[in-house]
Amino acid sequence: MKNRLKILRAEQGLTQAQLADLLDVSRQTINAIETGKFDPSLPLAFKAARLFKLPIESIFEDEQ
Amino acid sequence: MSPLTRNQNWKNTNKHNTARLAKWTLAWLISMAIANFGPLFIWQQDVLTIVTICINFILGIGMILANRRQLLGLDELQQKIQLNAMGLSLGVGLIVGLSYSNLDTTNLITGHAEISHLVIIMGLTYLVGIILGHRKYQ
Repeated sequence: MKNRLKILRAEQGLTQAQLADLLDVSRQTINAIETGKFDPSLPLAFKAARLFKLPIESIFEDEQ
Repeated sequence: MSPLTRNQNWKNTNKHNTARLAKWTLAWLISMAIANFGPLFIWQQDVLTIVTICINFILGIGMILANRRQLLGLDELQQKIQLNAMGLSLGVGLIVGLSYSNLDTTNLITGHAEISHLVIIMGLTYLVGIILGHRKYQ
């Protein structure tokens, strides 16, 4: 699954650690999601969507 | 409550859960040593041995519950890493344990198959699984 988390985070001027704080996860998890190594659960994806005030499909995109 | 404060709570809860697990594990380990070595070096009474084994068992249950709480407090990636490591440890423990037992029952090894050897194998496998998991998602 592709995602725009890194771009959105940069637009907001947030570090990985700050975004991790806002989403209640570890910095390692944010890094793994940004690099495409780990796909977040739906609750976490929705949480990110709420944080950036965007629809979930504009942040996460199915690669298939 | 601000998100940053909330996350600080999440981190503090994780630290607290990990410290709690460490205390239960230490208590269980000490009680295990007492239950094993007490009858050999300190006392020769079956009642005391039974009591120490019961205490060890109860502390073991406490350790399991503390471990469960610690795991549930982790985030989803950390839980995935733990799950993979536990799966690897369980699989290796099962396969190696049964092969080891077969070697013993068929008298292909001179000594008896010791459960402690299996625990060491599972512990090391779990450790390797955790390291590999963290490296994979670095």
